[in-house]
Amino acid sequence: MENDHHRTISAHYRAARGPYVRRMPTSKHLLTSVQVARFVAQGFLRLDGVVPRETNERAIAALAEGLPGVPYGTPLSEAFPPGTFGRELLDLPVVAGAVESLVGPGPTVDHHAVHVREPHEGHAQDLHADAIIDVRPDAFDIQLMYYPHEVTAEMGGTLSVPGSHLRRINETDIGRVQNLRGQTRLTCPAGTVVLVHHGIWHGGRRNDTARRRYMYKLRLNPTVPQVRLWDTADLHDPAVTAELDTHFPWYEQATGRLEIHNRALLWRALTVDPSFDIEYWVTRVSNRPALRSHA
Amino acid sequence: MRQQVLVLYLSTSALDSPVVGWSRYDGTGRTRPTAGDSDEPPYGTGLDALLDGWRLFQASQLLPPQSGHEYDVSFLKHEFFFEKLEETSAR
Repeated sequence: MENDHHRTISAHYRAARGPYVRRMPTSKHLLTSVQVARFVAQGFLRLDGVVPRETNERAIAALAEGLPGVPYGTPLSEAFPPGTFGRELLDLPVVAGAVESLVGPGPTVDHHAVHVREPHEGHAQDLHADAIIDVRPDAFDIQLMYYPHEVTAEMGGTLSVPGSHLRRINETDIGRVQNLRGQTRLTCPAGTVVLVHHGIWHGGRRNDTARRRYMYKLRLNPTVPQVRLWDTADLHDPAVTAELDTHFPWYEQATGRLEIHNRALLWRALTVDPSFDIEYWVTRVSNRPALRSHA
Repeated sequence: MRQQVLVLYLSTSALDSPVVGWSRYDGTGRTRPTAGDSDEPPYGTGLDALLDGWRLFQASQLLPPQSGHEYDVSFLKHEFFFEKLEETSAR
């Protein structure tokens, strides 16, 4: 069925960009290139209030009871029976389209979990990245974070650091760092979904209210190469490069340049376009005429 | 005497460069700073902290990149530790 959503591009275009199949707009809610570029730059994608109230209510009840485990590597299509909030959540076209755009069709479940910030618990989680250090240059997992109820500023909505996902750190080794300029302290309406790159720095904030704050987390692993899985009709829109060139306020002056360099490399991997660059950062430092010389 | 600790992460290795990150640890026990508790840094630069009476007691070393890892990004590089000592009643 997947081929229904592809068409081969013209020979002229193929010669210019190398052989590939162009992903076209479909009835699926695939992300645009600009949206995926934003994900590559920021490390997350927010979908505010996209889950209907009935599903949110079902989710809150299920999260309070606790969830049955899902074995590592279970195909997503088999992980959640019909009638569960998980199935409803993943079947929402806007969620399904975003997931497919980032990790492709047929992802597997790594794990899922209920995260709770208890009332007046007095402290926040240390800033961290999940799992262990993960520096794959041509693949990434996504974590779906779902908030079934409204999260206010006092409720300890997730702290996350835009643009932190390509930093090579191991779990809570960054716990010493409490605040960074431009950090996001999540507030959101009920039914919000945030998809994050596996490397994003984040943590549950202190809940200063009398109400438990729930978050459902689902980690998904790709099973296909993560190459142009989205709607690529706008692949060469200048807004793509503009998104990838985003600078965040917490970046050190010099390291911020390396961030852009590394994003350009990731975009090359996702598009199989070895000529892509931003402000010549990669091209300049990989220019080695001696290797091309036959003298 | 109790120690108040302020950690500032700066934009460059210069102490008078802008603050990009910050942490507080309060040895008096009067406050409980924690992750994600403020969006605005306490000072604009490291020098501003000195001007307000904080004493610098550690600065991160300048380390050259490891060969083969010149483009890797990781921890914030320019970390400065400051302290203030405060009189407290015995606890």
